[in-house]
Amino acid sequence: MTVEIKGENLVLSGDLTKNFSVSDAIRPLKNKKHIVVKNGGISDWNQESVVTLYSALSQLPASTDLQDLPKGIEHLLKLALKTSVKDKQSNLSKEDFLERLGEKGIAVAHSIESGFNFFTQMIKAWGERIKGKSVYRQKDFLLALEDCGPKAVMIVSLISFMVGLILAFVGALQLKNFGAQIYVASLVTIGMTRIMGAVMTGIIMAGRTGASYAATIGTMQVNEELDALQTMGISRIDFLGLPRMNALLLSMPILVLVSDFVGILGGCFVCVFLWDIPLSEYIHYCTTAFSLKNFLVGVFHGFIFGLVITLCGCYFGMTCGRNADSVGKATTNAVVYSIVWMIVMTGIITLICEGLGI
Amino acid sequence: MNSPIIKVQNLSIGYDNNAIMNRLCFEINRGDIFIIMGGSGCGKSTLLRTMIGLLPTLSGHVFMNGIDMVSATDKEKQYLVTRCGILYQSGALFSSMSLFENVALPLEQYTSHSAERIHEIVRFKLALVGLAGFENFYPSEISGGMRKRAGLARALALDPEIVFFDEPSAGLDPISSKHLDDLILEINKILGTTIVVVTHELSSLFNIGKNSIFLDSSVKTISAKGNPNNLLKNPPNERVLAFLTRGVSK
Repeated sequence: MTVEIKGENLVLSGDLTKNFSVSDAIRPLKNKKHIVVKNGGISDWNQESVVTLYSALSQLPASTDLQDLPKGIEHLLKLALKTSVKDKQSNLSKEDFLERLGEKGIAVAHSIESGFNFFTQMIKAWGERIKGKSVYRQKDFLLALEDCGPKAVMIVSLISFMVGLILAFVGALQLKNFGAQIYVASLVTIGMTRIMGAVMTGIIMAGRTGASYAATIGTMQVNEELDALQTMGISRIDFLGLPRMNALLLSMPILVLVSDFVGILGGCFVCVFLWDIPLSEYIHYCTTAFSLKNFLVGVFHGFIFGLVITLCGCYFGMTCGRNADSVGKATTNAVVYSIVWMIVMTGIITLICEGLGI
Repeated sequence: MNSPIIKVQNLSIGYDNNAIMNRLCFEINRGDIFIIMGGSGCGKSTLLRTMIGLLPTLSGHVFMNGIDMVSATDKEKQYLVTRCGILYQSGALFSSMSLFENVALPLEQYTSHSAERIHEIVRFKLALVGLAGFENFYPSEISGGMRKRAGLARALALDPEIVFFDEPSAGLDPISSKHLDDLILEINKILGTTIVVVTHELSSLFNIGKNSIFLDSSVKTISAKGNPNNLLKNPPNERVLAFLTRGVSK
């Protein structure tokens, strides 16, 4: 194989399938405005050699003329060089840091605004529903209720039992130093009813139901089902958001109740079987520590968490892009933002309760 | 050029033992542009998916390069996969990857080329389909026609002997559809690649088809074979004539 430069001519000869390289030989042609690629007796070639030749020629600013080359090489090169243009920059891969930072800032401001708009629309639609003005399919509500109610009881119970168990075990280890392990019952009862039951239920439901809402509605966006709803004049918030919100608002307080009870049961398991505290003593201390005020604060947390999970799940589903990647991002965002907002709401509720002396 | 590269023998296709096509027998010659045509829902895409091994056969055989897809070992199937390129209806580009990464994926998976060489090959393949310079773009940033062409570049990445097209014109305007047809003809002419196209677009099948079969849902098998233009001149039955003339001759 030989590559020769004769003035403006690039002359190729021999077997191009073996160690064919043209990038070094072509250097003297860098400043030429026109190049002629000629056949000096090519005995063999393949697609690999055309790739090499294209790669070298497409880097040069010169126009290229192909003369007497084997038909295959000529056709392939003509087809590829016909569309050769300088690399374009994708909008998604901008390199400028400041530009990206600015765009990120604008995007965050837009998302806060649209998130707030979505929240007000949902609350407004909910108000309309209570007045009986907005309509959704009862079947959708019942299906959503089944999904986030009875079907979630097992996982909520399992996690709450383990939390109660761990709380009692760790608490008793410390209280034992003062000979006061019997107060584990009070610790578990107050802890579970006031906050732990609601927080654990919230986290489970964010990962289970919130993610499911975002994925389902996001996939509907990909399949243009949301567009179909819109063109039929059906509000996507009424049709998709409200049944899910009502189902979760109804089921969350009940799940918190289940979580409280099963968590206390988990504590009982540790006290009775590990620390030899009589069952009657445990029940006695539990009933003494139980307060309706704490219990209602816990249930209220559950109600608010239900609202947060629905809002995040539906919002990220409805603002999802139109490809598979976007559905994944929407699901992740729904879970992450649900958990973050639940923690924020816990702080706010705690401050309010503190202020009200509850 | 006329030896068969694909042989289909007594093939039955369908889902869950419910056959939608029976006793399919045909051969696809090397270097041919072969059209699988028929009405909507007759099983064209199911036949294509069965031929490339995405769906199991109910009975019968599909020989590709002499290897039976039905009884092929995993190693043989992997070899066959690298010898075939497939362009799906929507292009099926991975949305989280740029066009460069999409086309580079099979090269990284199945060849031992250096990163620099892969870069050269990807640039060349994208240039072949008219997408030079779009390496850094993501599928969401380009049009439907461009997505199909990028899908074709990915299908051509490993220099396959056979390229399957599932409804290449679906969702494209007439001009983009014509460009894609021209590209199919050029690839067939220049590279000698065997092309198998599933379509019911009449303009496409008359324009590019050298050979074809007509899947007839009323008899659940092939009711016509041959060059689409010849089938239009001498239709073997009324259903074929109705299909090829949009029902006008009825």
